[in-house]
Amino acid sequence: MSDKVYEVKPGTFPTAGEIPLGGIIPSNGNGVLNKTGSWRTQRPIFNDAACTDCLLCWLHCPDDSIILEEGKVVGIDVDHCKGCGICANECNSKPVKAMTMAQGGRYEASETFARHTV
Amino acid sequence: MTIAEKPVRQRKVVGLTGDGAAADAMMQINPDQVAAYPITPQTEIVERFAEYVANGEVQTEFVAVESEHSALSACCGGAAAGGRVMTCTSSQGLALMHEVLYIASGNRLPIVMPMVNRTLSAPINIHGDHSDSMGSRDAAWIQLFCADAQEIYDTTIQAVRIAEHPDVSLPVMICFDGFNVSHDMERVEMLDKEEVQEFVGDNKPAINMLDPENPITIGSLVLPPFFFEHKLSMINALEGSLKVIEEVGKEFEKLSGRAQPILETYGMEDAEVAVVALSGIGGTATWTVMKLREQGMKVGVIRPRVYRPFPGAQMAQLLKNVKAVAVVEKATSPGAAASPIFEDLATALYDQNAHPKMVNYVTGLGGRDTSSAQFTAVFERLQGIAKGGPVGPRVSYIGVRE
Amino acid sequence: MAINLKELAKKDIKFTSGHRLCTGCGPAIIAKWTMLAAADYNVAMSSATCCVEISSAVFPYSSWKGVSWYHNAFENAGAVVGGIEATYKALKRKGKIDKDFKFIAMGGDGGTYDIGFQSLSGMAERGHNALYIVYDNNAYMNTGIQRSSATPKYAWTTTTYVGDAYQGKQQRRKDLVSIMAAHDIPYVAQASLGYWRDYMTKVQKALETPGPSFIAVYAPCWRGWRTETNSAVDLGRLAVQSRYWPLFEVVDGKWGMTYEPREAKPLADFLKPQGRFSHLFRPGYEHLMADFQSEVDFKWDQLQRRIASSK
Repeated sequence: MSDKVYEVKPGTFPTAGEIPLGGIIPSNGNGVLNKTGSWRTQRPIFNDAACTDCLLCWLHCPDDSIILEEGKVVGIDVDHCKGCGICANECNSKPVKAMTMAQGGRYEASETFARHTV
Repeated sequence: MTIAEKPVRQRKVVGLTGDGAAADAMMQINPDQVAAYPITPQTEIVERFAEYVANGEVQTEFVAVESEHSALSACCGGAAAGGRVMTCTSSQGLALMHEVLYIASGNRLPIVMPMVNRTLSAPINIHGDHSDSMGSRDAAWIQLFCADAQEIYDTTIQAVRIAEHPDVSLPVMICFDGFNVSHDMERVEMLDKEEVQEFVGDNKPAINMLDPENPITIGSLVLPPFFFEHKLSMINALEGSLKVIEEVGKEFEKLSGRAQPILETYGMEDAEVAVVALSGIGGTATWTVMKLREQGMKVGVIRPRVYRPFPGAQMAQLLKNVKAVAVVEKATSPGAAASPIFEDLATALYDQNAHPKMVNYVTGLGGRDTSSAQFTAVFERLQGIAKGGPVGPRVSYIGVRE
Repeated sequence: MAINLKELAKKDIKFTSGHRLCTGCGPAIIAKWTMLAAADYNVAMSSATCCVEISSAVFPYSSWKGVSWYHNAFENAGAVVGGIEATYKALKRKGKIDKDFKFIAMGGDGGTYDIGFQSLSGMAERGHNALYIVYDNNAYMNTGIQRSSATPKYAWTTTTYVGDAYQGKQQRRKDLVSIMAAHDIPYVAQASLGYWRDYMTKVQKALETPGPSFIAVYAPCWRGWRTETNSAVDLGRLAVQSRYWPLFEVVDGKWGMTYEPREAKPLADFLKPQGRFSHLFRPGYEHLMADFQSEVDFKWDQLQRRIASSK
């Protein structure tokens, strides 16, 4: 990569001389550093016992906020989940859904499946 | 032997129109991509180049786009992909790609574009004046002006080096008059294709989308906390490009034997009055100056070959001892204090150690010819002003039935 | 190739979280799925100015990871990707590049059906080896829900209000998929957010098909359609099941369904949840609903005839 194209660390304010050429950003996905979790007005509650690992919630999440480990759902990304409810809508687990929505965006301490990623 | 060591020698001399010279320069440059759309009087460039493509004389990917907006858009895509790309247009085409002009320079893409000056509609008219390129003078493109086929050939080749220079990385347009220059056949000394290839060198793009190890995001939303710095960075590059233009010009002079000054002058060593004019009418003014000097008149002419960035300091230096200057231009800025070049020059001289009286002439709109006799009349007026006579109106029109 | 969810789950997510698209955004899911379907390729993308573009790259952040992405202007995603692809061809021919690349252009319905129409058509006509994906959320959502030529008839938008003189958009929507099929390009398809496997299969099929390809994917926008934040995928399913948005593809000029619901759901099931069509359910407005149904029937019959004549 040309030395004129480089990442500007979010939170820094480069001068005209320091701005990368053409304002180009390396495609390294630093977008994750922007936390959107504060947008929530409702939050998904994950019930591990009811989960069948179908992965449909992970697949349909617009914000990649379903955390997987070894191909299994383990939690919700507190920093990015916007609380849309699509995961709960797609969850097919019966008779109890593995994903349901609760009012309020802030996770309780007891809801340990809610994890920070940033 | 390097370029510098090779002796300047007898070269192939051909008859080429302005368009033909641009096309042949493009052919020798052999860019990666040309995306162009036809418009009179640029069509011959595209047609001639397309013939080279068909004959396999270039390895260029020729994209026959469906509009000029798409032409420049495709060039932006190609340049962003790390390619050496070129296009060419005129008048309405330049106007149609207007938004992409700003994007190309904002993205710092080194696109090279021969631009055949033709007036902007309405009324529709296919002949040459500078309204089209003047309408885009704020797009942060380097604007170079050529008066004949030889200059077009020379400048197009240099433009590749200027645009791609790491301190510049800006698009360049090479402007020349429609029909008077684009369609008139003139004598052109050509370099060998190998010499041109060596001069332009390998493209080492700073911006390259096609490196899977280093993918890039181009064209993000830049909000107020960052926007101003982006623009200033670009402005600094444009203003600093004058130095690069001169350096590339010196290198080209070594190769070709032809000097490439940013300002062509005649008679300025002892001129008391002078005319500033771009391109074709600059040539007519120069011829007039030659004739008048034979009669002992101390007149001079400056024909800028670089308009953006505006070489104000250099012009101020030349006009230090000049008493009266007429800026004669084939463009107008309706409703403004004067026409574009006059405004640039007056501003450039304002705080310099040069204070000639200045007047502005608008001529040749829609391709009407400006004669040597008309330039003589301009010089006579300037001499009257230099002797202490009245200056007269700031803006006058040449050869129009008022 | 078959799309396996467990295999997909192992892939790098190239459209990361942290973007500023609305909660529950349909197009956001489409962007993610597109990157998942293309995960095994080197990808270079162009994007029109649109919801996904403006929300995914806000300096100095980029939600694009491992893929080169170029936003130039509103109406030229087709021309820009054509330029990227043309230069790629030239560089490959000159031996300056040896990697394989796939080229994708993405835009919303506004930047594709209307202002971007010419550029898309030019790209298709010239035969560039690129895939153009339009995510159709039925209006200029990015700028505040203004109507586009993809907006359904009678839909409320901020430039087609429902009032006494006029009730929503007065024109039927443009059938861009048929227009692209008429360009005789090798692969054209219609897909929906409600059917992930169908969509990703189509993306992979398009990427493997040399030449220009085009996919229109229905990407509901709950905000613009006046419904709930969790409804985008459901609406994507109902659109297909009510025959409003059939899933088909045109492969080398041959039309075929890729999914057919066992029985068609009533159109009202699809329209009722959407506030933008609430006036169709008011007493005295039954004729609007009947007209809407007749349009759906007309397009369905037209599609079936094309399929029959392709056999």
